[in-house]
Amino acid sequence: MKRILLGATAALAMGATAASAGTLADVKARGTLICIVNSGFVGFASTDKDGKWQGYDVDYCKATAAAVLGDPSKVKYKPATGKTRFTILNSGEGDVLWRNTTWTFVRDVDVKLAFQGVNYYDGQGFMVNKKLGVKSAKDLDGASVCIQTGTTTELNLADYFRVNKIKYEPVPTENNEESRRNILAGRCDVYTTDASGLAATRATFKDPENWVILPEIISKEPLGPVTRHGDDNWSDIIRWTKNALVAAEELGITSKNVEAMASKPGNNPEINRLLGTEGNLGAMLGLDKRWAVNAIKAVGNFGEIFERNIGTKTPVGLERGLNALWTDGGLQYTPPFR
Amino acid sequence: MASIDTPAPPAHSNRPPAHSGSGERNLLARLWYDKKTRGVLLQILTVALLFAFLAYITSNAIANLELLGKTFSFDFLNEPAHYDINQTLIEYSSKSTHFRAGLVGMLNTLVVAVCGIILATFLGFLLGVLRLSPNWLVSNMVYCYVEFVRNTPVLLQILLVHGLVVHALPKPREAQEWGNIADTIFFTNRGVFSPMPLPQDGFNWVIAAFVIAIVGSIVFARWAKKRQDATGQHLPVFFISLAAIIGLPLIAFLLAGSPLGWDFPALKGFNFRGGFVIRPEFLALWLALSLYTAAFIAEIVRAGILAIDKGQWEASLAVGMSRGRTLNLVIIPQAMRVIVPPLTSQYLNLTKNSSLAIAIGYMDIVATVGGITLMQTGKEMETMIIVIGFYLTVSLSISAVMNWYNKRIKLVER
Repeated sequence: MKRILLGATAALAMGATAASAGTLADVKARGTLICIVNSGFVGFASTDKDGKWQGYDVDYCKATAAAVLGDPSKVKYKPATGKTRFTILNSGEGDVLWRNTTWTFVRDVDVKLAFQGVNYYDGQGFMVNKKLGVKSAKDLDGASVCIQTGTTTELNLADYFRVNKIKYEPVPTENNEESRRNILAGRCDVYTTDASGLAATRATFKDPENWVILPEIISKEPLGPVTRHGDDNWSDIIRWTKNALVAAEELGITSKNVEAMASKPGNNPEINRLLGTEGNLGAMLGLDKRWAVNAIKAVGNFGEIFERNIGTKTPVGLERGLNALWTDGGLQYTPPFR
Repeated sequence: MASIDTPAPPAHSNRPPAHSGSGERNLLARLWYDKKTRGVLLQILTVALLFAFLAYITSNAIANLELLGKTFSFDFLNEPAHYDINQTLIEYSSKSTHFRAGLVGMLNTLVVAVCGIILATFLGFLLGVLRLSPNWLVSNMVYCYVEFVRNTPVLLQILLVHGLVVHALPKPREAQEWGNIADTIFFTNRGVFSPMPLPQDGFNWVIAAFVIAIVGSIVFARWAKKRQDATGQHLPVFFISLAAIIGLPLIAFLLAGSPLGWDFPALKGFNFRGGFVIRPEFLALWLALSLYTAAFIAEIVRAGILAIDKGQWEASLAVGMSRGRTLNLVIIPQAMRVIVPPLTSQYLNLTKNSSLAIAIGYMDIVATVGGITLMQTGKEMETMIIVIGFYLTVSLSISAVMNWYNKRIKLVER
């Protein structure tokens, strides 16, 4: 009680309150999951014509809601800019951050965030119009560069250009949409962000064929979900929901066959444990035993989520690349469900 | 289930403590029923409660930050910032500290505020006077402008002006064909590039001449006033001073052998290089803030002039003063007393509105310390304290200057 009072008073004072009781209890009491997502980023988190949220990160929100509350529609989306996202999370205004956020040392340790693994392995790239005739990032001396402020992109860019002795003019904006407007207006020559973001942005151009992504990838950008420090139970839920979706692809479980496989115990004990027909993994997390079944049924396994939102058949058109399963030579790998 | 542990204020209980004697009780009752004492007591109580509330909130904020494992410290200011800023008035690179980045941001805020205040004042006075023009068309055009600008959000106006600048002006490569003045000043959507003067040996003479001309003008103006007080004869002080301030440095400049070089902007690769550049973000913010605030100032000026009785005009004209001198010596000095107080709050508004800069990527204090530094270090409380402290200091300084000016021009009763 006192904690809640403390929180409420602090919220009045500075709009920031550390979440009080466990986040899981809060979410269950509220009946909805508050998921912090990008404010508009085609393929990852954006609204469609009817105002419904969709995208890669949004599917993870749905999976989390399905695992925790049994219903993927019980999500309230809280759009955040690169600048506001951590404050919103740390102040308790959101339960989990699924917003293409790079896992770095300082954020993890000093900003007091808890990263729960990687759902997309990315790297920073550059995109230019073909008619500039630029073949490499090293040709960009003197260029104006569009960036989103408050991102790791901004820091990588400064480092990379300083090391390579390339002069440039940074043109910062608050979100992807404004950067898109700037590059289309010719305010800048080149747009830099995570390569997935470049592909997603290019997909929204009228003439995507006229834009090239340069070969240089200048950084590692492991993107993943984030929770607050100090709520280990909730962090476990986020981490293992994400892992369950990877495991599902590995074990051949899809949104279509999950019900059949979960109806009775099968031959593979790991599938049985994951789907709750054997053991009590769900209860250990404080969830229903069908938590993973609900999540997989709602959005499909890792591969399904990828292909539906950003895969080669979508306008974004990304290859699996580093995000293939480890068995296919990629980096997506989950610890065992045991 | 502990309740809130704020002590219940004793003054709210009607019943005095049981152990107090009846004499004391009378005294308390008398104090309470005395209107003046009660007023003081209530005020003390209010202040005490307010401070208790603030202390409670602060301690909670710190406790909650500690709960998250965050410490309250300004040490991050000495760490390298690692980000670049496109408009810097002082030397800055990504290896500079967060403190330096903050300084760059503060200067950027100040420069846009000062430029904005100057342009808004000029435009505002012009529009205010035009609004009173007997010409129907002029007066109503200003009326439409003022009403349109005052009744739309300033953020949208900033975005609109930025959109116009970025979309309407040519790209750097096109600027060589159109959008330049005599191939020396280039208007592009990356900024306005003009030649930068480079002072060479002997330029100090020009500066010295300029200073001498200004000092001389002040002395001359005082002497002319004394002379006018004594003899009633009026000298054209303004024009003589202007001629001296422009003429003397010009003569010095020619005598010293034109000691000034120019750095011309030239298209090289993606952009123009060299010269003096005004970035579109600054341009858009400056114009939008000035145009917005000018509309308010126009109304203030109009109100100020209308507040002066018509008899003042008539009396002044009757004693033989020209219309211009009537306006300068009779009407405006009186109108200023009405204009200055609301003008002060417009200056403050403009300064505070400049914090919308981030919407178009102008790197002011909110974008540097309150934005990128906050993000990279996670110090929400500390950075916000710096930003708020800065705005408070600037606003109070503007208020102080304007109050001093207001005092100087106020009616002196004899």
